[in-house]
Amino acid sequence: MQWARPYIAAFRARFQLMLQYRVAALAGFATQCWWGAIRIMVFAAFYGAHAAAAPISLADAVTYVWLGQALLALLPWVADPEIGQAVRTGGVGYDRLRPLDAYGYWYARSLGWMLARALPRAALMMVGAGIVLPLVGLGAWAWRPPSGVAAALLFVPAFALMTALGAAVLMLANIIVAANLNERGVNAVLTPLVIVFSGSLLPLDFFPDGLRPFLHLQPFAGLVDIPFRIYFADLRAGAALEGLALQAGWTLVLVGFGRLAMERMMRRLEMQGG
Amino acid sequence: MNALALYGRYVAASLRAQAQYPAATLMLTAGHCAATAIEILGLFALFDRFGPVGGWSFGEAAVFYALVNIMFSIADLLTRGFEVFGTDFVRTGAFDRVLLRPRAAALQLAGHEVRLSRLGRLLQGLTVLVLASSLVPITWDAAAVATAVWAVAGGVALFVGILILQATLAFWTVESLEVANVLTYGGVQAAQYPLNIYAAWFRRLLTFGVPLACVAYYPVLAILRRPDPLGAPDWLLPLATLAGFVFLALSFVAWHAGMARYTSTGS
Amino acid sequence: MPQILVEALAKTYRVAERAPGLVGAVRGLLRRRWREVHALVDVSFSLEAGELLAFIGPNGAGKSTTVKILSGILRPSSGRVEVGGLVPYEDRVRHVARIGVVFGQRSQLWWDLPVLDGFDLLADIYRVAPARYRRRRDELVAMLRLAPLLDQPVRQLSLGQRMRAEFAAALLHDPSILFLDEPTIGLDAPSKLAVREFVRRLNREQGVTVLLTTHDMHDVEALAERVIVIGQGRLLTDGPFESLRAGVLAERRLYIDFAGPAPELEMRGVTVRSRTECSLELAFDPAQIPTPKLIAAIATKHAVEDVHVDEPAIEEVITRFYDLHDLHEARETRAARKA
Repeated sequence: MQWARPYIAAFRARFQLMLQYRVAALAGFATQCWWGAIRIMVFAAFYGAHAAAAPISLADAVTYVWLGQALLALLPWVADPEIGQAVRTGGVGYDRLRPLDAYGYWYARSLGWMLARALPRAALMMVGAGIVLPLVGLGAWAWRPPSGVAAALLFVPAFALMTALGAAVLMLANIIVAANLNERGVNAVLTPLVIVFSGSLLPLDFFPDGLRPFLHLQPFAGLVDIPFRIYFADLRAGAALEGLALQAGWTLVLVGFGRLAMERMMRRLEMQGG
Repeated sequence: MNALALYGRYVAASLRAQAQYPAATLMLTAGHCAATAIEILGLFALFDRFGPVGGWSFGEAAVFYALVNIMFSIADLLTRGFEVFGTDFVRTGAFDRVLLRPRAAALQLAGHEVRLSRLGRLLQGLTVLVLASSLVPITWDAAAVATAVWAVAGGVALFVGILILQATLAFWTVESLEVANVLTYGGVQAAQYPLNIYAAWFRRLLTFGVPLACVAYYPVLAILRRPDPLGAPDWLLPLATLAGFVFLALSFVAWHAGMARYTSTGS
Repeated sequence: MPQILVEALAKTYRVAERAPGLVGAVRGLLRRRWREVHALVDVSFSLEAGELLAFIGPNGAGKSTTVKILSGILRPSSGRVEVGGLVPYEDRVRHVARIGVVFGQRSQLWWDLPVLDGFDLLADIYRVAPARYRRRRDELVAMLRLAPLLDQPVRQLSLGQRMRAEFAAALLHDPSILFLDEPTIGLDAPSKLAVREFVRRLNREQGVTVLLTTHDMHDVEALAERVIVIGQGRLLTDGPFESLRAGVLAERRLYIDFAGPAPELEMRGVTVRSRTECSLELAFDPAQIPTPKLIAAIATKHAVEDVHVDEPAIEEVITRFYDLHDLHEARETRAARKA
């Protein structure tokens, strides 16, 4: 495992750095609770009007919202700010001097960044929405555990894949930022795209029925919609396995794309004397 | 040179700086428009699937959405200096320089940076308003227009007040000011739907705590010529906007208290 | 009637004590413990119009606290301050309209705007009459040689250029008092000389009162007749720099190059500071043994090639002063910076 040491070290360094921001995590948690609460109240109003039209139960919709808030940091809706910083200060060049696979190195760092920001908030959200709410009698609005053993087991690979896919999307954004030095422009395109098509704005099945086939197949579905529906068993057995395969497939495609793009960018930097 | 004229100069200087990067500014505006417009997508999808809610059709709900976005975008344009007050002024000591100028600090902060890209939210808000007007339909006679302008003014006052309060927090702590986003962006999130669809406790919070309902709900009822489903008398509807101005006045009181603290404890 | 009057000025901060670690942070939320930091203790001095005063002292001594109080952005805990008949922190707007402030390494000009646009905006902020503004601006542009820089955005200027523009910006509204906080820090040698020359002209020819804080002792040497040393919040000395020097390190240095090997020297009132094969550096007290007598005493006994007399470097004088008064970088600020 010697070859993996630098990548593990990169991951760990970034992870520990982000964990230091404890106060920020608390503030972020409060903000996200509020966001989640508003989303849930909107759902409640619509379900109250005509629950039969909904593709999933209200309890599942509530769980979907809390899961989304807890794992928001895993959603690649902005490019890694460290890359933008490295580009501005010229630090990108140093990566070429290291005996490392540049893509793997950046990937490990982005992974560390996302997970370190997600884990504290997820833990807080689990306590708040998963434990406290039922205790004060608001169990109907709580974050429920996975619906059954099968769902729980299938959620493990789904979670791993959503993280891997998220990092792959983030890498593409990072490479575009590094190539164009235009961080805000990339974020301006990335954010709406990811938030809508991952299912973060609304579970994908809420969109008009005619769009369903497309929405279920596009790469961003694996970031939120597929893993969450596996969690509350809306995607079961065969359908769940198809979902996992879709996540894995898109991850491989985007990683491949990313590596090619990285090659080209690094070579261009070499020629320009970056 | 009086305050208003000086503010005009500040705005001109800010625009000139952004005009040096026309392509980037345009792209940022388009991006901000798209990022804020995804919410109306969500609204549409929900109404399309579930049908009318709280007695409102999609078109009518869209009017609430449009007006709160218009209010917030204008307030956003005016208050960048307050938004970054903690990080860019207090933490760096740059606020000292503001105090060394013979002008009110609030005026200087208001003129700090007028980001053209925030017009993106205004654009999509106006577009939705136009579309909603034909959907409902709304007759824009003098009374409706006057009510709309008055409502927007009150809403802008409210959001500016919230942002000034957020900046005032920085006098006490420079950390975790993002919590105030709950009121600004969270407020927009909540008020983009007609407020009668929410539970009573939440409505009360948004009427008496932070008077979002007073600026974003009751006046729109007046424009749509609909009585309040919750029973507020018709004459109250256009008057409710005053709450926004009251809130702004109170936020200034807090701001001055914060400044007094800054000058006695230093940075 | 002095232009600046400071009487029994005192400033005390209350700093919350924080224990390290997560437990400490939580405990800190529940019960706060406060520590008092005395930034200024009983400081008194006055300045007449047209004077040039240098404020020196170790880091954390209270220099910038004094300047902040004088400029009106900080309130003292007690004491009396009057500048031009106004109490700075009570009449902020009127007071700051009459003063100019330059902070070293920081510019008040707008980063993305051309220098001239920044000047125009300042003229609006300070409500300077257009004709007066143009005249003053052109005068400053000529004095500071800013003409080629006027249409460049501030972010494109070097630090030296930025500081020159900064001086002009601070003087556009014709203030009668100028506060300079470390104005030459980070500048290259030619820029430092230019700044010192400019400040000297401003003070001597235009009668602008200047209050300068600095760590660069050459600034002090070049500019200040009067020096105030502040240490641990207290005013330690106030007067011409020469008195300070005489009181602290009243000695001269004699550098002698010998034709042959440097001799052993035993003379009363004379210390050998360093020696090489053919030269000696001596320290002596001219009051005990006048310079010509010392040179003669050595030259008659040994073959001397060259002789050079000097005073100890100004940094040495100041360092010795700090040592005598047991001044170290204020413990509070050092600990605070570590936390």
